[in-house]
Amino acid sequence: MLLIILILVPIIGGLVSFLTKNNSQLPALGASLLTLAASLFSAFTYYNGHAPIAIDATWIPTLGANFALNINSGLQVLMLALTAIIFPLVYLFLNDKSFENKSTFYGLMSLAQAGLMGVFLANDALVFYIFWELALIPVYFLSSLFGGENRIKVTFKFFVYTFVGSLLLLVAFLIIYNHTTNHSFAWTSFVESGKSMSGSMQNWMFWLVFLAFAIKMPMFPFHTWQPDAYEQSSTPVTIVLSAIMVKMGLFAVIKWLLPVLPLGVLHWTNLVTILSIIGIIYASCLAIVQTNIKRLIAYSSIAHIGLMIATLFAQNQLGTQGVAIQMFNHGINIMGLWLLVLAIEKRLGTQNLNEMGGLAKLAPKFTIALVLISLANIALPLTNGFIGEFMMFNGLFQSTSQYHIVFTVVAGLGVILAAVYTLGMIQKVAFGELKNNQVVFADLSINEWIVLIIIMGIILWLGFYPNVLMSLVS
Amino acid sequence: MNAIVVSALLGVVMMFAGLLFKNSKQVQWTALIGIFILVGVAIFDNQLISTQGSKSYFNMIELNSFTSWFNVLITSCAAVYFLLFHKQIAGVGINKAEYFALMFFILSGVYLLSSYSNLLILFIGIEILSIPQYILAGSDKENVKSTEASLKYFLMGSFSTGILLMGITLLYGATGSFDIMSNQFTTQFTQVNSMSSLAIVGILLMVVSFGFKVSAAPMHFWTPDVYDGTPTAFTPFMATIVKVSVFVAFIRLFHFSFGSVSHAWQITIVSMIALTLLIGNVTAVYQTSVKRMMAYSSIAQAGFMLFAIFAINATSWKGITLYSITYTLASLGVFAVLIKMKDYTFDGFNGLAKKQPVLAITATICLFSLAGIPLTGGFFAKYYVLMAAVEQGTMLWIVVFAVLMAAISVYYYFRVIMSMYFKQGEAELIEEPTTIEKTLLIINAAIIIALGILPSLIMR
Repeated sequence: MLLIILILVPIIGGLVSFLTKNNSQLPALGASLLTLAASLFSAFTYYNGHAPIAIDATWIPTLGANFALNINSGLQVLMLALTAIIFPLVYLFLNDKSFENKSTFYGLMSLAQAGLMGVFLANDALVFYIFWELALIPVYFLSSLFGGENRIKVTFKFFVYTFVGSLLLLVAFLIIYNHTTNHSFAWTSFVESGKSMSGSMQNWMFWLVFLAFAIKMPMFPFHTWQPDAYEQSSTPVTIVLSAIMVKMGLFAVIKWLLPVLPLGVLHWTNLVTILSIIGIIYASCLAIVQTNIKRLIAYSSIAHIGLMIATLFAQNQLGTQGVAIQMFNHGINIMGLWLLVLAIEKRLGTQNLNEMGGLAKLAPKFTIALVLISLANIALPLTNGFIGEFMMFNGLFQSTSQYHIVFTVVAGLGVILAAVYTLGMIQKVAFGELKNNQVVFADLSINEWIVLIIIMGIILWLGFYPNVLMSLVS
Repeated sequence: MNAIVVSALLGVVMMFAGLLFKNSKQVQWTALIGIFILVGVAIFDNQLISTQGSKSYFNMIELNSFTSWFNVLITSCAAVYFLLFHKQIAGVGINKAEYFALMFFILSGVYLLSSYSNLLILFIGIEILSIPQYILAGSDKENVKSTEASLKYFLMGSFSTGILLMGITLLYGATGSFDIMSNQFTTQFTQVNSMSSLAIVGILLMVVSFGFKVSAAPMHFWTPDVYDGTPTAFTPFMATIVKVSVFVAFIRLFHFSFGSVSHAWQITIVSMIALTLLIGNVTAVYQTSVKRMMAYSSIAQAGFMLFAIFAINATSWKGITLYSITYTLASLGVFAVLIKMKDYTFDGFNGLAKKQPVLAITATICLFSLAGIPLTGGFFAKYYVLMAAVEQGTMLWIVVFAVLMAAISVYYYFRVIMSMYFKQGEAELIEEPTTIEKTLLIINAAIIIALGILPSLIMR
């Protein structure tokens, strides 16, 4: 029942929002708070080691497809919590903002939340695939309806990219399903079926499955949709894209690729690691030269995700745990950054870094939040980013690949580059001369400040006391 | 069997209705009552078969559980079509009753095609199906394009019928029988090596002539012009109900009779699939008119349905049922919106969502279904036909190719959605949709979504 609530409540909230003319944020907010409560309750249940939480109902008997949802790993708990935390915070942050098509916006956001929840809960390949696609549809409409001038074209590119990946994933699922002995879509049958495939078959099957995930994460060189989409979407939608949707890709690799096609993974480990490490350096260098703040954060996100992919493919326990922790923390930190960008956009009406500056004098609260969240983003000790990054490098170094030292050293350069672009960003936004003296930059309003305090609270809490996360994922 | 007789009788009744009723409303009501009687008869037939088992009539027609169930479904689709379009059908020209009469005759042909067990009945079915269509295509006599469509369709259609006859003749020459279920016929097709060359050429000619009728490339050239030139009220009928019943005839012959020698013709079908998907999808991208885009989309969708023929197993029967119905309902939904528009180009749809949210949302759901997005029936339709191909185990590359082509199809389907929702404009309508029409469209969309959640609803 708990799991049904996690999906059903956002759907209902979304539908009610569609039908509400004024105050359409209220049903969405209410639903998201209820979902948050449910997800925290389920996290608690899991944490205390109670009986596993699962649903398994017959759906299409002739296919062997069951409507199966479950929570049986710390990673799932973290992802559900992340999704459940982000939506209400975004709604609270936007609270006083009124815009056109408000009911459509909140309705679609809620539906997107339902789709994302479904992806993280699914324990049946067909259910997983359907939610994987469904999460995309509301986001497609959101990005196309709200955002910059080129949004329609850019969003369509994003949609086609991910749709191609999804369709190949469908073919892969069909083949794996056909290979199962009991003709079932259950996760356990898939693991068994995939493992029993011959090595050469797994080698090409790997790409059918992995391409969908690589596009979603996105991994270099399949990332070209991402900076444009992040820049052109309106910032709340960008939060959904970058804080949660990219995690779908990583999550899917952990749950639906690594255990299912172990030989295929082993065969391509070096290639994938090399590509993702190229991605780290390439995206970091591009981030340094960006003048648009949204593109800068977009590239920084590619770099962070690159390290997570490389570590995942190193396939050792420490690294994988580090990735799980970092997936959560990266979501929190990047949401904080985007919310600050949203605050800037609202007040200055620009995304261009060269037109900003000197905000520290005008807006101390804003600057405190900016500095702290940016430092968390570059994984300074005592912020939440540190522990995950440390574990990931440790894991990458222990990789069985013969090039593990090279991988770790080159990926380590990414940390230095991250400091360069992040500190550069702080400098350009908050310090230096005021570029436009006519602009009065109001400091954060009450609701914005509350949201950012919550985020900073999470950052510091998990920075000082990472044991909460550690015990969840181990 | 009753459905065949009743549909032909209803055709005659409609012709008399044209004499009796001068009022267009009365004619439409007669047709609507007629189609619901037909649905009832089809259900009655289905009950009969499910209690008494398969039934053969004169060694010419054999109704089994699949056939009778398919007849129920396709008649229900025809009822949906009548409900959505009856006003526009009657508005095409002065011979209102005759249009309905011709469609009842076509339905009679549909039943023959879904249940034939003799090649002669196949031929008669194809002819009963085709000749009324030539008339319907040219029914807008003032319009040159309609006349052109009719002539083109007639020439191409009779050409393909000729090929069909030639194929039947060669098959008869090889086997000495017209009865596709008889031992005399099937023993000739047990092994590829022992087949006579007459039989092989006969099979290939059958493939070609069926290819013509279902508009598979490279026999698709008539399709865009005919579908585009035909009055918009008739295009959906031709592109959906008629086309999918030819598919059922296709799979019936090739599964029951030529299933064991699939190696002899499979490669032909595979090349047809590849070409059909490529040409249909790529050409649809370059269209500026939504009506013409839908014509190419119907070619592309035929490419997917051909997978059922290619695979020839139990799953492919499920696939063809589900694909037929979801494709029909989705196309009807799109055409029902299209026919309301003044301007058939993509730009004509600009801003429709603001003006007519119900039309826009139902069209969107139908387009999602055509593109194969989950939670619409179109997803499971694609799922089943691709599953059939994967199950049969060889030539998996064509499945990968097909999904890449499906990704292209998203481009042109979503262009309509983009126009309706994201572009500014004043979409002009010929007439405001009535509440009843809106309700019907919503029900149609609801059925599509219901099939996307529980596809087993319509599978037996």
